[in-house]
Amino acid sequence: MGLFSLPKNSTVKPGKVYSAPEGATNVRRFEIYRYDPESGENPRLDVFEVDLDRCGPMVLDAIIKVKNEIDSTLAFRRSCREGVCGSCAMNIDGHNTLACTMAIADCREVIRIYPLPHQPVIKDLVPDQTHFFAQYASIRPWIQTQTPPPADRERLQSKEERNRLTGYYECILCACCSTACPSYWWNSERYLGPAVLLQAYRWIVDSRDENTGERLDELEDPFKLYRCHTIMNCTHVCPKNLNPAKAIAEIKKLLIERQR
Amino acid sequence: MNYRSPLARARGLGSAKQGTHEWWRQRVTSIALIPLIFWLAPVVVSLPHADYEQVVRWIATPWNSIFLLSFIILVFYHATLGLQVVMEDYIHTEWLKMLSILGMKLVFSFLALASLYATLRIVFMG
Repeated sequence: MGLFSLPKNSTVKPGKVYSAPEGATNVRRFEIYRYDPESGENPRLDVFEVDLDRCGPMVLDAIIKVKNEIDSTLAFRRSCREGVCGSCAMNIDGHNTLACTMAIADCREVIRIYPLPHQPVIKDLVPDQTHFFAQYASIRPWIQTQTPPPADRERLQSKEERNRLTGYYECILCACCSTACPSYWWNSERYLGPAVLLQAYRWIVDSRDENTGERLDELEDPFKLYRCHTIMNCTHVCPKNLNPAKAIAEIKKLLIERQR
Repeated sequence: MNYRSPLARARGLGSAKQGTHEWWRQRVTSIALIPLIFWLAPVVVSLPHADYEQVVRWIATPWNSIFLLSFIILVFYHATLGLQVVMEDYIHTEWLKMLSILGMKLVFSFLALASLYATLRIVFMG
């Protein structure tokens, strides 16, 4: 059955409290999920009081400050710090988003930070995304053609054809949408999830790709595609303001269109 | 020990190459049910005040019986499709899932048949 409550060894316990340094006036409380599989202990929620006068404006800045100055064992992924790499996706204030583009000023008084939901946790805020990226690989996210490329130029595309990729090519595969989707929580083993389906659609609408039919064949499946029940959490959380739900709806429309 | 590669796991048993029909029919039946519900709901509300004769006469009226038969077919088909999706979503033990879906379909088919029979009996035998 669907997993509706945490198993005993995953119940989050209260953790350590790191108080703000003396004299700090602009203090914000961060509660961060901690889990170390090697300790054999349950996950815990550590409290870090951060002096915002000595911290950058984004949640990622605060997490980096915690790691640099308070507890260097805190594990998380980050790279570009400007919302293009998708590494620092995590659950902040109960909402999947990128820590680097989430301003502390826009968060609640107490900022709770968890790893992306319903993924195996490797350590602290680092989820295991092996299956997610394997699913991405399974849709063959590269151009597939029969026609050899022109000898003297690239494969051409009109402005209109290129415009069809807008809203889809910007996806950075941060997995915020897929891990916010209840259907993906219950059936990620077989359901591809919004991120991968959006990427699949990006290749389906690419005017240069010649494998559209085969791509649709691969998706036409009660689980791979039709677990989407238009819950719309994906569109709600996307930190790039994309609309995976629309991409999925477009795929469904194409599957109907080719039968009529 | 499991040495399957992540890609093999992600690709699983491949695509079933179906599912569109069921998804489409669920949408179509839901839309078709909207006007039928608006037609049926006021009648159901007035049922407690009607006596047996009145109800039988109402069902036996040609348009009423045609709409009622359509409603029965659509509502049971729609419910079967919907419940199948719910069961596929939440039941993860393969044999239990298959058994639940088959059982649900049998029960719903029987209920649909019983409703159709009851209506037709009133229509043709009064």
